[in-house]
Amino acid sequence: MKPAPFAYYAPQEVDEALELLKQHGDEAKILAGGQSLMPLLSLRLARPGVLIDINRVANLAFVRRGANGGLAIGALTRQRALERSAEVASQSPLLSATIPLIAHFQIRNRGTIGGSLAHADPAAELPAVALVLGAELVLRSASGERVVHAKDFFLGYMTTAIEPNELLIEIRIPGLRQQAGWAIEEVARRRGDFAMVGVATAVELNGNNTCQDARIVLFGVGEKPERMERAEQLLRGQEATQTQPAEAAKAVSEDLDPVADVHASAEYRKEVGGVLTRRALEKAFRRAQKAIS
Amino acid sequence: MSFKRTIAVTVNGKSYERLVEARMTLADFLRGELDLTGTHLGCEHGVCGACTILLDGEAVRSCLLLAVQADGAEIMTVEGLAQGTELHPLQKAFQDQHALQCGFCTPGFLMTAFAFLKETPKPTEAEAREAISGNLCRCTGYQPIVKAILQAAGKTTT
Ligand SMILES: Cc1cc2nc3c(=O)[nH]c(=O)nc-3n(C[C@H](O)[C@H](O)[C@H](O)COP(=O)(O)OP(=O)(O)OC[C@H]3O[C@@H](n4cnc5c(N)ncnc54)[C@H](O)[C@@H]3O)c2cc1C
Ligand code: FES
Ligand code: FES
Repeated sequence: MKPAPFAYYAPQEVDEALELLKQHGDEAKILAGGQSLMPLLSLRLARPGVLIDINRVANLAFVRRGANGGLAIGALTRQRALERSAEVASQSPLLSATIPLIAHFQIRNRGTIGGSLAHADPAAELPAVALVLGAELVLRSASGERVVHAKDFFLGYMTTAIEPNELLIEIRIPGLRQQAGWAIEEVARRRGDFAMVGVATAVELNGNNTCQDARIVLFGVGEKPERMERAEQLLRGQEATQTQPAEAAKAVSEDLDPVADVHASAEYRKEVGGVLTRRALEKAFRRAQKAIS
Repeated sequence: MSFKRTIAVTVNGKSYERLVEARMTLADFLRGELDLTGTHLGCEHGVCGACTILLDGEAVRSCLLLAVQADGAEIMTVEGLAQGTELHPLQKAFQDQHALQCGFCTPGFLMTAFAFLKETPKPTEAEAREAISGNLCRCTGYQPIVKAILQAAGKTTT
């Protein structure tokens, strides 16, 4: 249960970190909150030759109002800081409501938003929420910067678009429209555990109670968070009636092709995925209707 | 040489300087290098909470930190709770409520509860339960631990 030896660097500037990544590339691992990486090191499931600790890098932890509303969040911002942030609560209530579902407060004191997105655990909440909110991820290397949309960021099981020489710098979260509603629902064995099944949703209604947009993302069901496009399509352009959530939920249940593991069977995930979707949509519609009235 | 570093930390008000291997966890540093064996190690991968300490005032799992990361930090461990022979009110409450049997998990619960009460001095029972949800106890059961936390918060318990 002890990490294998590694060369340790603790850069203080982003450029210094990028230079180290350029030099060591594949051999190096970034250490952020360590709440996923440290267990992997201790269990020796990861044995990087070089560890680049970004905890002392300046200007990587911040929450700012985005240029066009919404939020710009530094990758090293602790989950606990997001939980306590009034800015996050007002600009992205879905993100704010999501944080307490992640692990326990001792873990959120260290765990970072960037680490969670880069780690891309299929049962993690933040990747699903990034997808629902249409977040953009700013990746930087010694040779430049690019912005990747969440839908192009999560590639597969714990795999993202981050190249070995890149650092996730910032997460940009668009603001929800005035008429928007949102919800996140999950089932976990115990408080703070990873979800066995979860769903995050955001909907938009117009003044006629017609659904303008709906996004539904299931997590804990496969290799990565999944958008449920057929269910979304069923809602768009339709009046937000009481039966709508159940119809969309049925489509989610039918379309899910979940994994089975020691925690839950595939059938269970299919069934519960539908139930959670219905509950989440009911809440989201109610919130949107309240915002309009 | 980047495999080893000299670090300076303050633990329970006392300063220490040591040369450590980069791969040494903070928990192993406290126990092995500073002989502060009150911080316990159960799982060594973040699940049980036995190793909880305060790093610059925030409760964290010391098995998920490297000692080198604590350079310059102020640390509080369970040894820092009592004043001489006088138990901290939380420790007294744990004793009163029989909130420990073997005591293996206790340092982690105490440090978790200490940080929690600092931020939430008058918690509800539900909040107290949520606060300890990241700590495992395999013998006492959680009921007396919740009662002890509420007692320490000055709430009457039955
Ligand atoms: C007991 C326990 C329960 C947990 N429960 C949950 C849960 O319910 N839900 C949940 O979502 N998570 C849970 N977690 C995981 C936790 O949220 C982690 O904090 C998170 O997954 C990783 O964030 P980190 O900052 O700790 O990253 P680290 O562990 O430091 O890094 C994780 C990975 O991301 C890479 N990385 C980190 N930052 C960057 C960056 N800026 N650029 C490029 N790559 C980077 C690292 O190289 C590494 O591969 C749990 C953890 C524990 C120990
Ligand atoms: S020993 Fe650190 S959490 Fe179990
Ligand atoms: S008192 Fe024995 S494990 Fe908690």
